[in-house]
Formats: sequence, C-alpha cells, structure tokens
Amino acid sequence: MTEAPLVRAQAVERRYGSRRVLRGVSFELERGGALVVTGPNGSGKTTLLRLLVGLAVPSRGTIEVGLDRARVGFVGHEPLVYRELTALENLDLFGRLYRVPERRERIGMLLERFGLWDARGERVSAFSRGMTQRLALCRALLHEPELLVLDEPHSALDGQGAALLDQELEALVLQSTLVVATHEPERLETVATARLALGAA
Amino acid sequence: MSGYLADVAALARKDLRLELRARDTLPAMLLFVLATLVVFHFALPADAGDDPAYGLLWVALVFTSLLGLARAWVPEREAGALDGLVLAPTDRSAIWLGKAIASLAFLAAAEVVALPAFILFFAPLDAYALAGVLLASIGICAVGSLVSAMAAASRGREVLLPLIFLPLAIPIVVGGVGASISEEPGKFLAFLGLYDAVFAILSWAAFEYVVTE
Amino acid sequence: MSMTKPSLTVLASVAVVLAGAAMAMIFFVAPEDADQGLSQKIFYVHVPIALTAYACFGLAAWKAFRLLTTRGDRYDLESYTGVHQGTIFGALTLVTGSIWAKASWGVWWTWSSNQLVLFLVLFLFYCAYFMLRYSIEPGPRRERISAVYALFGVALVPVSFLAIRLASDFIHPTVFTRDGPQMTGKMFAAFCVSWAAITLLAYVMYRVELAGKRTDANLRELREVLAS
Repeated sequence: MTEAPLVRAQAVERRYGSRRVLRGVSFELERGGALVVTGPNGSGKTTLLRLLVGLAVPSRGTIEVGLDRARVGFVGHEPLVYRELTALENLDLFGRLYRVPERRERIGMLLERFGLWDARGERVSAFSRGMTQRLALCRALLHEPELLVLDEPHSALDGQGAALLDQELEALVLQSTLVVATHEPERLETVATARLALGAA
Repeated sequence: MSGYLADVAALARKDLRLELRARDTLPAMLLFVLATLVVFHFALPADAGDDPAYGLLWVALVFTSLLGLARAWVPEREAGALDGLVLAPTDRSAIWLGKAIASLAFLAAAEVVALPAFILFFAPLDAYALAGVLLASIGICAVGSLVSAMAAASRGREVLLPLIFLPLAIPIVVGGVGASISEEPGKFLAFLGLYDAVFAILSWAAFEYVVTE
Repeated sequence: MSMTKPSLTVLASVAVVLAGAAMAMIFFVAPEDADQGLSQKIFYVHVPIALTAYACFGLAAWKAFRLLTTRGDRYDLESYTGVHQGTIFGALTLVTGSIWAKASWGVWWTWSSNQLVLFLVLFLFYCAYFMLRYSIEPGPRRERISAVYALFGVALVPVSFLAIRLASDFIHPTVFTRDGPQMTGKMFAAFCVSWAAITLLAYVMYRVELAGKRTDANLRELREVLAS
C-alpha cells in the first residue's frame, strides 16, 4: 500500500488582482521524492513555491502539504535573514524559533559545511551574494526539515558554491523530500524523481 | 508557554541588538522630541500658562513615536526576514509582542530625555502624569506595532502610517492630557488602562492576519 | 438576483415612498420645536443618518470578521462596500450636524457636541481605510489587512466615545447642551419613519454598489480568461 503523497496540488490558480500567475497546476509528490520545477521567467515558479510553504494561498484549487511549519525549510529569492546581524546571530535566532536541539553544535556544523565558519562573526551586509545564499541554505537546513523547498538555489552561487550545493542535495534527497525550482534542471538529473514544467502565463 | 515567552524575548533582544548596532532610530527620536519641544515654546503665547504645554507634550510624544514606528519593520523587510519569521513555527502574535516590547524600550529611552526636558522648559510633571506617560506608551507601541506592519505591507508611502495611526492615537492623547491636567486624573488613567487592554488584545489577536495570506 | 431576496427595484421604490412619507411627517405632522423652530427639523434627518453610518461600519466589521474566520470569497467586497457607505453617511452626518449647529447656535462647528466630534474621528479613521486599501496590491493580503482595520474601527467607536466624554471635562464647559429631545408621540413617529426611510435607502445603495463591484470583478476575470 502506497502512503499518501506528502504534497498534493489540485487545479491551483493564483491571481494578483486581475493578473493570473498560475493556472490549473496539479501534481503529487511522494515522501522522499524530488520535484524539479522548470519554466521561463514569469511562469509562476516562485509563486508556486511560496504557495507550497504557506507564504501565499491559492486563489483557486488546493495545496495540501502533510507537514506543519516546523518541518519545512525554504530558500527563496531573498535570504530571509537580518542584514545587520552576524551569521551566527541570525542562525541563533532562527535556531531558537525552530527549537533546534543542540543549537550551537548544529549551527557550527552547518557553517563549516557551507564554508562560512570564518565569517560567522561578520554582518550579513558585508557578505557577498554567494555567501548570503549559503547562509540562507544554512538557515533552511537548521531544523532538519522533512520538506525542503528551494527557489533557484544555484543562481547566486559561484562555481564552487554550486558544486557544494549539488553535493548537499544528493545527500539531502536521501533524508528529505525536495522541491527545487531551477533554470538548470541538468544539475538535478541524478536526484530528480518528478518534473513539472510551467508554461508561460 | 515558556516557549512562547522565549520566542518573544529572542525577538525583542534581536531588535535591541539591531538598534544598538545601527544607532540611527533612537538618536533621531531624541533629537526630534527635543526640537519639537523647542518649537512648541515658540508656538505658545507668553501668557499661555501650563495647561497648553501639557497638551503639546502629548503631541510631541505621539509624533516622536511615529518616527520610531515608521522604522520598526525595516530590518524585517530588507532581506525578507519577515517571511522567515512567518515560516517559523512561532506563534505570529509573538512576532508582534517582541516588536512591541522593543518599540516600548526605544520610546521609553526617548522619554527619559524628553520628560526632564519638558519639566525644565515648561512645567512640572506629577506622578499621575508620569503614570499617564507609561500607560500611553504601552498603548502606542501595542497599536503602533500592528499598524506599522500594515503600512509596511503597502507600497511604502511614508505618509500612510501617520494617517492610519493618528485617529487611533486620539484617545491616548485624551487620556494622557487628562492625567496631566485634570482634577480627577485617576479617571483618565483608568481610561488609558482600558484602551491598552482593548487594543493590545486586539492587536495580539489580529497580527496573524496582517502578516499571512 | 435570488427569488427569496426582494428585488432591488421594489426596495428602491419602497425607500422613495418612505422618504416621501418621512418628509411629509417631518414638515406637517411633527410639531415645531419651541426653542429651535424649523431648524430642529434637521434632527429627523441627522440622527438617522448617524445611526445608519454606525450600522454600516458595524456591518463592515461583521463581514470583516467573517472574512478572517471563514475565508469566504464574498466578504471582502461586502466589508469594503460597508465601509464606503458608512463613510458617505458619516460625511453626511458631519454636514447635517454642521448645518444644525449653524441653525441652532450660529456656529458651523462646535467641539462640545460629542456626537459630532466622534464622527470626525471616525471619518478620519475610515478615510484612512481607503488610503491603506489602495496602497496594497490586490490579493488576500489586502483583504485581510482591510478586514483587520475595519475591526479596529468598531473597537475605536466606544473607546473614542468614552475619550470624548472625558475630554469634554477639560476642553470646553458644555455651553450648548443638546440632549436627545424628549420626543412626543408624533415626533417619535416622524423620527421612526425617517429612520426607516434612510436605513432602507442605505441598504439599497449598499446592494447597488456591491452589485456594481461584483460585476466589475467578474468582468475583469472574464477579460483575463479571454486574453489568454
């Protein structure tokens, strides 16, 4: 017996005023899978991901995610951090809010893994774009989410950072369910179990 | 319960830390309130007496807090941190409470400067007046934090915040001035307490709907 | 239009008839006031308009509450229309109140009328509603923020009223007292007819505006679908 899908979207539509950004999107994603979302700019990839994590609600249709907020991680277009706090302070704050056990150790481990340990005491405003993106990933992974939603995560990263991320994703897909919106679906060929191509709105 | 308060404390601490680092909002508020008091001196006729001065104190406090409130959610907007807070398992009302407490701290700091200045320039303040300032500050920060989040969700025209805040601040001014000059200040202090209770509870409950879809 | 709701034309006709009856009663049936004379007649229009404004704001708040608790689609426009009607009637309250003040006491405005001051505060508050609403992108966010604001409005009514009552202690000694006049039977009858007429009129206006807004929204959606 197959268990119920972790994510189910049915006829999802999202409008902003009279502008329709998403139309009639339906899909299912089982636990442990990895969904790769592609589509040209303006096709609603970002909107769909925001709908998945609950930052937006559909104008029509339904999206069901069988997890509460504490088990979902999100990396969007913005890093979702405080620019004038240090990397450490940011992660400490979110670590507290997510009730991460053994917070300090976990933060230290993530910072090291993403090459930010040396910069941990610097404010995010001093970071490069790549460093900020890596911090965003740390923040999203802090609480070991069961569902990780990533919006074009490679875009801000340099070659080294991107390779690091690919490694991470390969490891992550073994423990979590992934949804990744990307312009480079080839990078995720090895991990993808499902694909969704959004058309131009 | 302790988790909730811990969240509130972590969030308020974050705001205090940010302000201590940036040091832009609080000095601006301090200077503004002092400058306003000086302007008021020139705005009052020589034989005005004390009562009008008390009224102007409250105008100064309300407008100074507007200055602080306008900047309240800026750190959350810069890199999308508000989304990060909304995504967290934290109760959304804790976000409001943390911000309100931090705003109250800043307003209190401004008052520590403003009140002695007022006493120096204009007239003495008795215990009732000071209690009025305390209660009014709570009300201002409670309502202000929510209303400021509403304004932050809009297409950033600065004049919007005063427009939506000032009608709500009118009862506060009444309460405060009454506590300062009336023969029965207790009545006005009780009224301020009522205002605080009503609007704090309302803001606490409604904040969720302001930051989510 | 559903079969159970009385048609709009019927209601509008009834409203017109009632308004005519009210006018007749005000000028021919209700006795003239000993002190204020003809100008007192404004009372028959001013007070119902004020009450209707309150009712509109109350309706808007109720719809707002429903929107926040049930996520129904229709409540946003209903709440908005309620605020809009309330603001119109609120403005009319201020105007008729001002006319009455001029006729009775010779001044266009007085701070000693608690009712009038309260309406001024509310008028400011609800005007800001529109500024707030139209500076947010259309969507669920705007609906919810508008709804919260509308709810704050009704909380503001009793609190402001209390504040103004307290304030009158030290703002003005009340020189001009205007208690609700003791109404004789005929005056009361005229008042009730007038109130019924104005309330019905407000309801008709509400329905008309709501229908217009809904049609607008549907049209826009259709256009969207056709354009794709």
